[in-house]
Amino acid sequence: MNLAYYPGCSGLGTSREYERSTRAACTALGVKLTDIPDWSCCGSTPAHALEHALSGALSARNLVGAAKVGCDTVATPCPSCLSNLKTARHRMADDGFRAKVGRLLDQPAEKLADLPDVQSVLETLVTRVGLDAIRAKVRQPLAGLRVAPYYGCIMTRPADVMRFDDPENPTSMDDLLTALGAEVVPFPYKVECCGASYGVTRRDIVARLSGRLLGAARDAGAHAVVVACPLCQMNLDLRQTQVEWPGGRAVDMPVFYFTQLLGRALGVPDAELGLEQLCVDPAIAFRRAAQAVAARQAEEAALAAKAAAKAAQAKQAASANEGGRA
Amino acid sequence: MRIGVFVCHCGSNIGGTVDVPGVAQVARAYPDVVFSSDTMYACSEPGQAAIVDAIREHALDGVVVASCTPRMHEPTFRRTVERAGLNRYMFEMANIREHVSWIGKDREANSNKAAELVRMAVEKLRLNAPLYPKSFDVTKRVLVIGGGVAGIQAALDCADGGIEVVLVERESTIGGKMAKLDKTFPTVDCSSCILGPKMVDVSQHPNIRLYAHAEVEKIGGYVGNFKVDVRRKATYVDWELCTGCGLCMEKCPSKKSPDAFNEHVGVTTSINIPFPQAIPKKAIIDPTSCRQFVKGKCGVCAKVCPTGAIRYDMEDQVVTEEVGAIITATGYDLFDYTRYAEYGGGRYPDVITSLQYERLLSASGPTGGHVKRPSDGKEPKTVVFIQCVGSRDRSVDRPYCSGFCCMYTAKQAVLTKDHIPDSRSYVFYMDIRANGKMYEEFTRRAMEEYGVQYVRGRVSMIVPQGDKYLVRGVDTLLGEQVEVPADLVVLAVGAESSHGAPQLAEKLRISYDNYGFFMESHCKLRPVETNTAGVYLAGACQGPKDIPSSVGQGSAAAAKVLGLFSRGRLESDPQISQVDVRRCVGCGKCITTCPYGAIEWMELRGEMKARVIETVCQGCGICTVTCPQGAIQLQHFTDNQILAEVNALCLS
Ligand SMILES: Cc1cc2nc3c(=O)[nH]c(=O)nc-3n(C[C@H](O)[C@H](O)[C@H](O)COP(=O)(O)OP(=O)(O)OC[C@H]3O[C@@H](n4cnc5c(N)ncnc54)[C@H](O)[C@@H]3O)c2cc1C
Ligand code: SF4
Ligand code: SF4
Ligand code: SF4
Ligand code: SF4
Repeated sequence: MNLAYYPGCSGLGTSREYERSTRAACTALGVKLTDIPDWSCCGSTPAHALEHALSGALSARNLVGAAKVGCDTVATPCPSCLSNLKTARHRMADDGFRAKVGRLLDQPAEKLADLPDVQSVLETLVTRVGLDAIRAKVRQPLAGLRVAPYYGCIMTRPADVMRFDDPENPTSMDDLLTALGAEVVPFPYKVECCGASYGVTRRDIVARLSGRLLGAARDAGAHAVVVACPLCQMNLDLRQTQVEWPGGRAVDMPVFYFTQLLGRALGVPDAELGLEQLCVDPAIAFRRAAQAVAARQAEEAALAAKAAAKAAQAKQAASANEGGRA
Repeated sequence: MRIGVFVCHCGSNIGGTVDVPGVAQVARAYPDVVFSSDTMYACSEPGQAAIVDAIREHALDGVVVASCTPRMHEPTFRRTVERAGLNRYMFEMANIREHVSWIGKDREANSNKAAELVRMAVEKLRLNAPLYPKSFDVTKRVLVIGGGVAGIQAALDCADGGIEVVLVERESTIGGKMAKLDKTFPTVDCSSCILGPKMVDVSQHPNIRLYAHAEVEKIGGYVGNFKVDVRRKATYVDWELCTGCGLCMEKCPSKKSPDAFNEHVGVTTSINIPFPQAIPKKAIIDPTSCRQFVKGKCGVCAKVCPTGAIRYDMEDQVVTEEVGAIITATGYDLFDYTRYAEYGGGRYPDVITSLQYERLLSASGPTGGHVKRPSDGKEPKTVVFIQCVGSRDRSVDRPYCSGFCCMYTAKQAVLTKDHIPDSRSYVFYMDIRANGKMYEEFTRRAMEEYGVQYVRGRVSMIVPQGDKYLVRGVDTLLGEQVEVPADLVVLAVGAESSHGAPQLAEKLRISYDNYGFFMESHCKLRPVETNTAGVYLAGACQGPKDIPSSVGQGSAAAAKVLGLFSRGRLESDPQISQVDVRRCVGCGKCITTCPYGAIEWMELRGEMKARVIETVCQGCGICTVTCPQGAIQLQHFTDNQILAEVNALCLS
């Protein structure tokens, strides 16, 4: 597997901690990421809203660049980039579209097979590295941490383009987090919209949609929400003070990138995971997890004590009985 | 040979763009043609009389009519020449209407083409030979496969018509889906009250032999003489002795057996009679859960059974039945909605199927007819129905409409109001398909009299919220998103072909479509026939169908069988393949290629040769192109006859 890495523009800006933790976790897992020389915009908003060929050309330029350095697969952490790169590749199966895109590029792709496959970093980790291999490398299990995995709306959809996991009820991140020792809560809003870029133009929409997600996570008893998308992360974390919490706000809900928790479980130092860049203090989640562990231990101890007392009582009664008979 | 040619004007249909008298004149010069004329309407009474007269007057021994498609009038003209004393196969038709006048405007080109088609017909006719059908005896018994309402109707009609019926049902009771329904649309009458008496009639009819818990294993033979192996699966209860008293069910300690009759709402005992009106009302043991089978000890039912009917060592048994015709009425299955993850994919206990809901509504169901949510047994106050689940959706490869779910959803919404007067029902629908007698009026009543809220749009997701379910969808009439907090969600799951239908079709040598539904012989004119002689269809096995249509088809199929049997002997179509044993080298290619299994081996002076079973061959001709020797020839369409036509077209 020759894996090219496409960080996307937010990886160098708003989601630097996602980028850092992705690289750190991959290093810890021994996954080699090859950077695409001179990579550029993937053609995401606004290009793809305006002209498919233009947006396709931007994506294709990066894919061709990855092929040139000998990579058969491009992995990206960002679902928007993923969606654009994959959609472009999907559209380029059509000869007419590929020719149109080709005219816009200095170095066009002759045929579809010249373009590397595209996948999310999540897919790479789950399908290529594998949960067993990851489980074997866990140093610091996420014991007691109850998490709500939130995939966002475009990671698995549309199904015929994304071709990864169940489009309506994905479970790959659930499985990964479980492998890391965390406890995944049933979270029905896995693929619901957070409001996406309406955060800029219609804050009320984001307030409602993100609020619903956070409220559901809270009601499900999660200590944290885990995401795979820079935009989702921003809406849920940065804007958490602005959202409408259904039933009133009761908690601070830390919002992690899944790579941050992965890195932590693998024993990567917090400093390399960019935890300090999160808005809601991540320590809240770890504290709750520790409390949960302590509570469980106490409960178990109490149960054990009770059982022991019962056994002792029974023994006493038995010997008393025997004594009586004798 | 003396051939007569008749070229038809068909009013102006042909005459408008073809020089009809000219074609008749050209035809006179063709080899062996001794008479030709044009005629205004060849098929009319005077037109046919002219043909008869010409045959007599000119001592014709072959006739060509150049007119319309043979689909309609070939039989007509065959009868005409027969009346004049010719063999019906000494006749050919040239289609100069559909193939010429209706598709071309150029009169000269049309006339030339018409003349060439006539020439082809003449050249073929010169090689025609008289053919005679053979007749053979018929076993006047019918096999009905599937004991749903369609199969029951077919069996009763045949039995009343005086023929013996063998009814094979896969489950331990007949009744099919209808036996599971509470009430039926559009009259809302009780399903078991109308079906029950018919089921009893089946069990009591002297002409019906019922094999329940049985399946067809092998089918051989041909129309009039089929041989069928039926596997009677072990029930572990001797049904001769079982009186259906139900004592065993009361005492059976294994109470967690899957309850298929109640659509898995709840569980049942390992020994079980599915419902009080079951026919036959006999107990059957589920060996996957029975303690005697799983753990090797129990034997309670054997101890309590007053007639000593329990047989833990029972084995399957195969019986052979001879019948002359077969009706398949194997019905449908329901779409597996767990494929829709957005509806919970089976994770939410209070998101149920429509058929499960019928069981909740039914007085003989697991809740005694009280609507209770599976999760907590509470009575739902808000019920949301979602239509078209697994229908009209290409993403799950179910592009077709299931036909009856709009109607049963309206029925269930009405019944919900009857059961729980202070409840509210919502129906999410794409379109309302209510095209039966009194159907539209019924859905209207559901809306207007019963206040059922119809929302036109799809549901995008169902999310648990507290002890309710948030149903999110779109109202496309208002152009708005809607959210309904529901206590219970009922999915109007679509119909798909019965499991095992394609395998059964292959045994029956009938065709099935992409979805496993059986193919009728002609979608308009032969709806209950198949392309295999003697095999008929009834009910939802041919495509989703409601009860009235299923019953109608059951009766129609029975009428076909009675009609078939009303003739003492059957005539076989002589347009079938025949093997020239001198040329046959016994390679067996035709035997493997024939889709109807119509060719068998025979021994001739120590050599193996192919032989066509005349009554099975359908005249498809596939074998003739397979034979490397040209030894197997389709009568009336021999290689020589076809080559003569090609030569007439290309060499002249
Ligand atoms: C929830 C619901 C409500 C409905 N309500 C109504 C209503 O109110 N009014 C109405 O008109 N229609 C209603 N319908 C439709 C109705 O169920 C069908 O029209 C009817 O059942 C079709 O009858 P059938 O005999 O063709 O098929 P089925 O009822 O499916 O019967 C087929 C029988 O064949 C048996 N079988 C299958 N394969 C084999 C095999 N290989 N060998 C032997 N036996 C086999 C099956 O076990 C079954 O007994 C409803 C359907 C549903 C799902
Ligand atoms: S106890 Fe015996 S007779 Fe009665 S239903 Fe059971 S098996 Fe039949
Ligand atoms: S032997 Fe099986 S069916 Fe009979 S009573 Fe025991 S568990 Fe029930
Ligand atoms: S009958 Fe109605 S509910 Fe059923 S598939 Fe057709 S349109 Fe949908
Ligand atoms: S294919 Fe021809 S040669 Fe071979 S067995 Fe059949 S009839 Fe005989």
